[in-house]
Amino acid sequence: MAELLRYRDDETVDHPAVTVDAFLDQSNASAVRIEPGDDARDLLPHLERVALVEVNFPAFGDGRGYSSARILREAGYDGELRAVGDVLVDQLAYMRRCGFDAFEPDQQLDKGDVQAAFDRWPEVYQPAADDRTPIWTKRHS
Amino acid sequence: MYKYDQYDQAMVDARVEEFRDQARRRLEGKLTEAQFTPLRLKNGLYLQLHAYMLRVAIPYGTLDSRQMHALADIADRYDRGYGHFTTRQNIQYNWIKLEDAADILADLSKVEMHAIQTSGNCIRNISSDHFAGAAADEVVDPRPYAELLRQWSSFHPEFNYLPRKFKIAVIASDTDRAAMRLHDIGIQIVQNDAGELGAAFYVGGGMGRTPMIAPCINDFVPLDRLVTYAEACLRVYNRYGRRDNKYKARIKILVHELGAEEYTRQVEEEFAHLLEQGVEPPFAELERIRTFFEDPLFEADASSDIDRSDPDFALWVDRNTVAHKADGYVSAVISLKPVGGIPGDATAEQMRLMADLAKDYSFDELRVMHTQNIVLPHVRKADLHALWTALDEAGLGAPNLDTVEDIIACPGLDYCSLANARSIPVAQRISERFAKTGKTETLGQLKLKISGCINACGHHHAGHIGILGVDRKGVENYQLLLGGSEAEDVSLAKITGPGFDEHGIVDAVETVTTVYEREREDGERFLDTYRRIGMNPFKEALYG
Ligand code: SF4
Repeated sequence: MAELLRYRDDETVDHPAVTVDAFLDQSNASAVRIEPGDDARDLLPHLERVALVEVNFPAFGDGRGYSSARILREAGYDGELRAVGDVLVDQLAYMRRCGFDAFEPDQQLDKGDVQAAFDRWPEVYQPAADDRTPIWTKRHS
Repeated sequence: MYKYDQYDQAMVDARVEEFRDQARRRLEGKLTEAQFTPLRLKNGLYLQLHAYMLRVAIPYGTLDSRQMHALADIADRYDRGYGHFTTRQNIQYNWIKLEDAADILADLSKVEMHAIQTSGNCIRNISSDHFAGAAADEVVDPRPYAELLRQWSSFHPEFNYLPRKFKIAVIASDTDRAAMRLHDIGIQIVQNDAGELGAAFYVGGGMGRTPMIAPCINDFVPLDRLVTYAEACLRVYNRYGRRDNKYKARIKILVHELGAEEYTRQVEEEFAHLLEQGVEPPFAELERIRTFFEDPLFEADASSDIDRSDPDFALWVDRNTVAHKADGYVSAVISLKPVGGIPGDATAEQMRLMADLAKDYSFDELRVMHTQNIVLPHVRKADLHALWTALDEAGLGAPNLDTVEDIIACPGLDYCSLANARSIPVAQRISERFAKTGKTETLGQLKLKISGCINACGHHHAGHIGILGVDRKGVENYQLLLGGSEAEDVSLAKITGPGFDEHGIVDAVETVTTVYEREREDGERFLDTYRRIGMNPFKEALYG
C-alpha cells in the first residue's frame, strides 16, 4: 500500500471502513467503503454520521466511482472522500473534480507526476463537484 | 465557423502537453502498456495491424481551408501522403509512428484541431448533418448545439471511464442525414407549436453486433436544459451500463434490458436532481456560439442559370449537387469514391485542392460527410462549371453521390486488427463492375455499405445493400444483407442467406440489382422495391 495523499486539513479518520451493508446495519460506524456496484445513494440518509467514504477502484477502467463521488458531494457530504485501489496519476485530476480529496493508490505514485497532474488544466469546461468556475461561466461574467 | 478563444486554445494546448508527458512516462516505464492504452486511445491513437493509426476529430464535420491544408501537411510529413475520411466525419492516418504523435497533436492545435476523445470509452467527437446551415429543410443550424455538447463532453471528469464508447449526433431537420437514430444519443432540434426550439432525445441506438434503433425518450427538452438532460442520460449509463461483457456494454443494451420506459424514468429522476445542481451553461453561451454559425453573405441576386451543354458536367450537377436554402446556390459534393478507388481516401494534393476550392467557391468552408465524401456547402451555381473542371482534372469529379458506387467501406483486413475480411477490395470490385456495365445511373439511389467484421464500422446494417465480412474456416466470406437505412426511414438490413466468396459477392450484388430492375415500379428506389416485395424474390435469384 502506498502513501495516503490527502488534501484536507482535518484529522485522518483512524478506524477501518466497513462495507455498505455493514454500515447500514451498524449504527455507530463512521467510515464506509463503496464498491463499484454499490449505490452511493443508499448512504444519503446517514451522511451526518459519516466522516470517511472510501470509493474503491478495483480496476482503473471502471468509472462508476466517479459518479458515486459526485452524488455524495451533490448531497452535501463534506467529509473525506477517498479513492482507493487502482488509482493512477492520469485519473487524479478527474477524481479531484468529482469530489475526491484523498487518494490511497495501490502503487506508490511519483510526487512530481502527481503535482503535474493537478496543475495540468488551466481551465475547466464544465462544472463538477469542485469549486472551479467553468469556461462558459467565465466567458459571460 | 466556430473559432477558438483563449480558453479553447489553452485546453487543447494543455492536452498536447499532457499527452507528451504520458508518452514520456510510458517510455520511462512508469506506465504499463495496459495503463497507457486508454490514454493514447483518448488521443485518437489506435494500434492497427501494421502501424499506429491516428484519428483526428473534425467536430460536426466542419472545417476551413486552413485546417484542410494542415491535414494535408500531416499526411505528407507523418504519413504516406494520404488520409482516410471516416463515417464519423473524422480523418484517420494509417501509418503513424508513436514517437511522432505528440508533434502531430501540436501541429493540429495550431489550427484549432485535436484528436481528443476520438477513441476510448468516453464521449466521442460529436457528429451532425453535413448540410447544416445550407439545407432548406432545417429548423435551425444544428451545429451550435453540437459545439455546446463538444465543450461539455471534453474532459468531462465523470464520464471518462464509461462502460464503452459513446457517440452523439445532432440534427435539426426531419430528413436524417447523420444516421441520428443509430447513435448512443441522437438529438433532433425541433420546434414546438409555440415556435420554441427544443431537443428530442433518442437514446440507445447503435450498430455493432447487436444493431438497435434508438427510441425517443423525450420529445422536447427545452434548450436551456439540454446539457443537464444529456448529463442525466450519461450518469444513468455510467452507473448501470454493463461492465461484465464488452459486447453488452453499449447503452443500447442497457436501454434494451431495462426497457425504454424504465430507462427514461431513471433519466428523468436524475434530471430532476441535476436541475438543482447548476450544471447547465449560461444561455448566453449558446447565443455566443450561434454567432459563429451565422449565414455567410450570400449574393441576393445570384443567378440560377447553369449551362448544361457539357453532358459530363450536367450529369455531375444532377448527381452531386444538392438544393440550398439560398437562391442561386447549391451544396456540391466532392465524391471520394472514384471507380476502383478506396472509399474515403484522399491524397494530400487532393486535400489541398479541395481546401483551395472551398476558399474560392464556398466561403472557406468544407464538410466531411458520414458517407466519406466532402461537401462544399455554399457554392454559387454560376461557379459550378469552374469548380467541376478543377475537380475533374484532379480525379475528384466522380458523378456518383448516393449511387451504388458511393460505397461506405470500413478499413477491414487491409488495416484493422479486428477484421475478418477485407472491405476495400470488395468495394473496388463492385464500383468497377457497375461502372463497366453502365448501370450505376439507371439504378438511382442505392446505398451500399461494407464492414470487415461484425463491429459494423462500415454500417452494413444500414445499407440498402449491406455486406459483412466473416471468417469461414480461415477463408474470407461475405454475407449479403438487404433493406437497411440510416435515414429518417431507418431500418435494419436482413441477411439473405449463406455467404459468398470475394468474387461471388460482387455477382450477388449485381443479381439483386437485376431483381430490382425487373420488379421496380415507377419512382421506386431499390429500398422501396425491397420493402414492397420482400426478401423472397431476391433469395430465389441468389440461391435459386
Ligand atoms: S468493422 Fe471490423 S474490420 Fe471494419 S474497421 Fe470496424 S472493427 Fe475493423
